[in-house]
Amino acid sequence: MTQTLEITDIPVGQTGTVKRASVIGRLLRNPMGLAAVAVLLLIVVCALFAGWLAPFDPTRATNTVLSSPNGTHLLGTDSTGRDILSRLLYGSRGTLLSAVIAAVVAIGIGLPAGLVAGYYGRWFDNLSSWATNILMALPTMIVLLAVRAAVGPNVYVTMVVFGVMVSPGFFRLVRTATQSVRGELYVDAARVAGLSDVRIIGRHILGVVRAPVIIQAAMVCGIAISFQSALEFLGLGDPTAATWGVMVNDGFRTIFRAPLTLLWPSAAISLTIGGFVLFANALRDALEDQVKTKEKRKAAQPKTVSTAPVPDVAAVPATEHLLEVRDLRIQYPQPGGGRTTVVDGVSWFVDRDEVLGIVGESGSGKSQSVFAVLGLLPDNAIVANGQIIFDGVSTVDASTSRIDQSALAALRGRRISYIPQEPMSNLDPSFTIGSQLVRPMTRLLGISKAEGEKRALDLLASVGIKDPRRTYSSYPHQVSGGMAQRVLIAGAISCEPDVIIADEPTSALDVTVQAEVLDVIRDLQTELHQGIILVTHNFGVVADICDRVAVMQNGRIVEQGDVRTILRNPSHEYTQMLLESMLVGKKPLTRLMSDSATGGMK
Amino acid sequence: MLTFIGKRLASGVVALVVVACLTFVLLFTTSGNIARNIMGDQASEESVAAKAHELGLDRPLLARLGSWLWDAVHLQFGKSYFSEQQVVSAMVSRLPLTLSMVFVAIVLTALIATLLGVTAAVKRGVVDRVVQVMAVLGASIPGFIIGIVLVLVFAINLRWFPAVSKIGPTSKPSVWVASLTLPVIALVLNGIASATQQIRSAFIKQLELDYVRTLRSRGIPEREVLFRHVLRAAAPAGLTVLSLHFIGLLGGVVIIETLFALPGLGRLAVDATTQSDLPLVMGVVIYTVAIVVVVNLFVDIANGWLNPKVRVS
Repeated sequence: MTQTLEITDIPVGQTGTVKRASVIGRLLRNPMGLAAVAVLLLIVVCALFAGWLAPFDPTRATNTVLSSPNGTHLLGTDSTGRDILSRLLYGSRGTLLSAVIAAVVAIGIGLPAGLVAGYYGRWFDNLSSWATNILMALPTMIVLLAVRAAVGPNVYVTMVVFGVMVSPGFFRLVRTATQSVRGELYVDAARVAGLSDVRIIGRHILGVVRAPVIIQAAMVCGIAISFQSALEFLGLGDPTAATWGVMVNDGFRTIFRAPLTLLWPSAAISLTIGGFVLFANALRDALEDQVKTKEKRKAAQPKTVSTAPVPDVAAVPATEHLLEVRDLRIQYPQPGGGRTTVVDGVSWFVDRDEVLGIVGESGSGKSQSVFAVLGLLPDNAIVANGQIIFDGVSTVDASTSRIDQSALAALRGRRISYIPQEPMSNLDPSFTIGSQLVRPMTRLLGISKAEGEKRALDLLASVGIKDPRRTYSSYPHQVSGGMAQRVLIAGAISCEPDVIIADEPTSALDVTVQAEVLDVIRDLQTELHQGIILVTHNFGVVADICDRVAVMQNGRIVEQGDVRTILRNPSHEYTQMLLESMLVGKKPLTRLMSDSATGGMK
Repeated sequence: MLTFIGKRLASGVVALVVVACLTFVLLFTTSGNIARNIMGDQASEESVAAKAHELGLDRPLLARLGSWLWDAVHLQFGKSYFSEQQVVSAMVSRLPLTLSMVFVAIVLTALIATLLGVTAAVKRGVVDRVVQVMAVLGASIPGFIIGIVLVLVFAINLRWFPAVSKIGPTSKPSVWVASLTLPVIALVLNGIASATQQIRSAFIKQLELDYVRTLRSRGIPEREVLFRHVLRAAAPAGLTVLSLHFIGLLGGVVIIETLFALPGLGRLAVDATTQSDLPLVMGVVIYTVAIVVVVNLFVDIANGWLNPKVRVS
């Protein structure tokens, strides 16, 4: 027991301590967490002080059989006249004992095995994973029966075996966590720095798996109690011991005469298991909250940046533009109440035959504003302000708190389409590329499958795929990233939309493939005359393909206008910074600007 | 795909053999004097020794294991120590009841848990909160206590169902239904609660993937996105959840059959355990593990078929 506790309690440095304190704080502020801790403490107190608290000897039989609750026997007596309250109090010992044995054995096997398997892999990983699979295929109850048949009623042996049976839970948890942490750069760095494996595991990996292991341990304690008392209920426990399961068994035999004797032990069992389950849930919530808050903090940087005068797009007559976004504000609710604003007063428009670039660093709200156009914001997003108008129809209007999902659904794919960022994760791995291309066309254009197939093959050829037939019948895992991105572009243009939203369409690709994909987009536009919105963090892409550009920072547009003007003469310091960071040492553009005498760039 | 199935089958058989050997060694090395246990305390030393010799207990353990395995290959698992009944015929007479309960239970679990889990994942809100509370309650109240409550309320107080079943092979279907309704409900409630929660998580995990947004952006109707794509993608995780629940159910019937006095495999297991009737215990272990191996094989095949990476290669 002490051995495993020592391992899990190795201090993981300053950050670890701070994190733990705040998690415990969150846990106790959650009413369920507090209740769970209170119940568990109560059981522990009962178990420790049963000798003082219990009014009678729990095993002493008397003549007052099955008496109702009264002054002497607060909860009555059982079928052999033993005091139920005393038996309940003493019973908490066996219950906690079985929980602790099971959890300690399971952690003692699962944690080290998971660490070694996850960290070193190789033959040990194969062997232990194989053993895990066998253990998980065994019905625990049947195994415990076999053990009982062999060694008789022995709670220690039973719970040790139970611990072995549930150790795969810990093994898998720790192994997965270790594998993922092992791949992290800071672990590589630690290894390069000459830290021994033991120190790396102690410092970096145990800190990560500690909380999940505690959660799992609480669940295992609950299940252990459930199994142990079930065995006792079946009459396979030690009938002379004062345990809750034996009490249920005794009560069940007198169910017709005194059903109340069943109530107390059943309630005690459920309450204790419930305590463990709620504790695990509350701890999980506390950890998830913490992660969420951290992510939010990252996404919602303080808005200290200047509110530089933004070109007032709303002043432009609305009907002039194919797609217009006016003064859009998108917010997310925060776990602790309140909202964070991720898009703040953003306005832009796009027309046919032009490419609008939206530039900014990750988390600046670029993608969020285009998801709003598609009506594909996450469920918890709130459009707090603004209006989106497509082809003269208002699809999103915060003033009437209306997101017209049916109108948007009719536009999606048919008139507004989307090219995502990460090619491989944006195709459904279970369906062939062909079927994923054909389905929107048969649905939106009402054409037959055969016609759809013909069109899909043409589309694949038009985005530069050399063997369309082969790609058509391939599954996503059979093609390369660049190929998949071409497939996604083909999908986006398949129903001849008026507007294409391309969200970082080249960021995940190799540099050579990037240029080819941009060429494909440009060629398609000259042919089909769509309006294109290109979201990117790369000014090179903007310079290459865009007509106008909007620069976003911290959810706001800081500068917007003609690409040439902004590239030559960026007025906002953030744009200047972005440009400088990418233009260092790029002579051709510098020369171009000194020639054109508009100058201004350092 | 065929090599995939072959591999899974082979690993299942290996698992079965390993489990059989381990159980055999565990049972026959840790049990006390088996012959004395059978003959009772009054029996003379000579008759105990004679019994031990008759049962082959005086032979070395490995030799006994070897002959047990040899018999097992020919589907012979010996006789019960006490009733002299063949283990195989004991199993065969008990299996139909237990298997029908377990299969009804797993089908109910699959249907209800998928329905509730998917609804909770898609709609969130009230349904989702109910599912969460259900999961906590289901994890907190052990199956045997749920069974006892059901007996108290529906059999003893309301008298809707018999508390103790009297079913036999010749009973009418109506008697079967009446006798098995409460046991099956008691058997599935915990499982439904936790399977719902797990299927909900599996579904949400898929809903959050990028390709779901892309499918929606292509104009595919929401219903089709959910039921053709997301449900399909979540199916392997769901099947794995259900296969683990199936294993759990094989343990659960032990309790439920005892509680409702049903003459199934679980009841036999408890009786054999109480008497330390080792051949019967071995039989129960081998039969249940064999059932699990078969079910897991089907789940593996189904998952392999669902996964194009396995199916196509």
